[in-house]
Amino acid sequence: MNLATLSLLPRDERSVPVPAMSLSGDVVLGVEELTVSFDGFRAVDGISLNIHRNELRVIIGPNGAGKTTLLDMICGKTRPTAGSIRFKGRDLTRLPEHEIVRAGVGRKFQNPSVYEDLTVMENFEISIPGGQGVLGSLLFRRSADVRARIRAIAESVFLEALLDEKAGRLSHGQKQWLEIGMLLMQSPELLLLDEPVAGMSPREREQTGELLRRISQGKSVIVIEHDMDFVKQIASTVTVLHQGRVLSQGTADQVQADPRVIDVYLGH
Amino acid sequence: MSDFLRGRAMRGVLAVLVLLALLPLVMDPFRLNLSGKYLAFAFVAVGIVLMWGYGGVLSLGQGIFFGLGGYMMAMFLKLEASAPDLPDFMSWSSVETLPLWWQPFHSLGWTLVLIALLPPLLAYLFSYAVFRKRVGGVYFAIVTLSLALTLTVLIVGQQGDTGGANGITDFRTILGRDIVGDSAKLVIYLAEAAVLGLTMILCVGLLHSRFGKVLIAIRDREDRVRFSGYNTAHIKAFVFALAALLSSVGGAFYALQVGMVSPNAVGVVASIEMVIYAAVGGRLSVAGAVVGALLVGLLKSYLSEAFPEVWLYFLGSLFIGVVAFMPQGLAGFALRLGTGR
Repeated sequence: MNLATLSLLPRDERSVPVPAMSLSGDVVLGVEELTVSFDGFRAVDGISLNIHRNELRVIIGPNGAGKTTLLDMICGKTRPTAGSIRFKGRDLTRLPEHEIVRAGVGRKFQNPSVYEDLTVMENFEISIPGGQGVLGSLLFRRSADVRARIRAIAESVFLEALLDEKAGRLSHGQKQWLEIGMLLMQSPELLLLDEPVAGMSPREREQTGELLRRISQGKSVIVIEHDMDFVKQIASTVTVLHQGRVLSQGTADQVQADPRVIDVYLGH
Repeated sequence: MSDFLRGRAMRGVLAVLVLLALLPLVMDPFRLNLSGKYLAFAFVAVGIVLMWGYGGVLSLGQGIFFGLGGYMMAMFLKLEASAPDLPDFMSWSSVETLPLWWQPFHSLGWTLVLIALLPPLLAYLFSYAVFRKRVGGVYFAIVTLSLALTLTVLIVGQQGDTGGANGITDFRTILGRDIVGDSAKLVIYLAEAAVLGLTMILCVGLLHSRFGKVLIAIRDREDRVRFSGYNTAHIKAFVFALAALLSSVGGAFYALQVGMVSPNAVGVVASIEMVIYAAVGGRLSVAGAVVGALLVGLLKSYLSEAFPEVWLYFLGSLFIGVVAFMPQGLAGFALRLGTGR
C-alpha cells in the first residue's frame, strides 16, 4: 500500500458506514485512539471502536495486524501507550487483570489455556466469581446451586459427560469449549475470544458458531477469526485491522468486496 | 473422584500418625529424641509441599523462618535459664543491658504469639512485594536463598546480642520444668507429634478446598488464574506465609528437642536440605513429607555412625535416585505400588 491510499483510510470507525442493526443498544465498550508501541514499533496505532450490547463483532486481519494485542490491552495483559478503553464508563487501562475480570470482561486465549491437572468440574469451579480471596476460597462449598450452574454451563459447551475427566485429557476442540465455558461461569458482559474454533472439526465449528450466537444474546462478544466461512456464519459486523489500524468495517460481504481489504490480503 | 483423593490423602495422614505413636514403643530415648528433631523439620517439609508442590513457589530460604521460630523459643528458654542475670554470652561480649528486642521473651505467652505471627507476617510482606512485581520461579528461589545467607551472617556478626556462631545453648527448663530428662523428652515428642498431626489434617483439608485447586491452577497457569479473577500475588504470598508459619513452629520444637539453636539451622545448607526432605517424601503428599523428613534424618544419623568416612555419598546417591526414578517421591512410589500401575 502506498501513502496515497493510506491517507484515504478512515482514522475512526465513525466515518465508516455501520450496519444499522449493530447500533441497537448502548455502547458497552468504547475504545478511543488506542496505541501501543513496543520499542518504537506501533503494534496498535490509534484504533477506535465501539461495541454495543448484544453485539457479536468479528475482527480479522493479516498476521501482525494487531488483533491479539488489541484484546490483550482490553483485558489488561498489555498496557497501552496512549488512548483509552472505557467499559461501562470505567477506564480499564489502569486496572489490574483480576479487577478487569471482576468488572465483567472475560478473555479466551489463542491457545486454549485450561488447568490440565484439574478435572473439568474443578476448572469450572475455580472460575465461579465471588469468594476469590484466600478466605473465600477456603470456605467455598460445592452447593447444589453451584452444581446445577456448572451442569448447565457444561451442557451449553457440550461437556456435560466429561465433568470428572482431567482437562488435560480433552481434545483440542473440547479444551476450547472448556475455556469458553469457564468464561461463561464468570457471567461476563464482554467476552474476548481469540480464535475460538482453531483446531476444530467442521462439525465442532458449526456447534461453536451456534454457541457464540447464543452467548451474544444479552452480552457482547469480540471474536478474532481467520476463517471467512465461519465469520459469515456468526458475524453482524466485521472490523478489518491492518498494520495496527482499522482498515475497513461492515458486513462480511461488504468487507470482502472492499478493494483495500483484497489488496492487503492478496496484494503487495 | 476428589472425595476419593481426600480419602487417600487422609489415609496417608492416619498411617503416619499411627507410625508416630508407635515410635516411642520401639525406640530408645536417644533415637526418639533424634526422631523428635527430624519431626521439627517435618513441619517445614509440609509447608514446602503446600507452597512448592501445589503452589509452585520454590523457596530455598525456609531456614530463615525455621531459625526465627527456633531463636525466639531459645531466647525465652535462655532468659529463664540465666535469670536474674543476663545470658552468659552477653556478659562475655560485655553487653551490659538486655537489648530492647529481647524484652518480650521474658514471657512464654508473648514468645508463642511472636512465633506464630512474626515469621508469617514478614514472609507475607516480603513475598507480596516480590510477587506483585511478577518476580517468581527461580528468581524467587535465589532471593530467598540469599536472604537465608544474609540472616546467617547477621546472626554470626552480632555475637553479643545473638550468641554468634555458637548460637544460644545451655537451657534445661521451661517454666521451671525439666526438658532434658528421658520422660520430659517423651512428653515433648508426644506434644510435637500431636501438633504435627493436627497440622497435617488441616493441610489436607486446605488442599481439598477450592483454595487447593487454585494453588494447582497457579502452579500450572498463573496467567490464566489472573483472568479467572484472582489476585495471584496475594494467594502466593499467603501460601508462602503459611509455609513460614509451619517452619517457625518446627523451629520452636527444634529448640526444645535439641536444647540449642545455632546459625546452622538458619543457613543455606539447612534450607536446601528441607526442600530435599519434601522431594524425597513426595512433593504432592503431606504425609509423604513427614515420612521423608523422618527417613532422611534417621538415615543420615545411621549412615554417619556406620560409615563416618563416606556416608555423604550414600545420601547423595539416594537423592539422585529419587529425583531420577521417583519424581513424585516415596509417596508417589507407594501409590504406584498400591494401584499396580
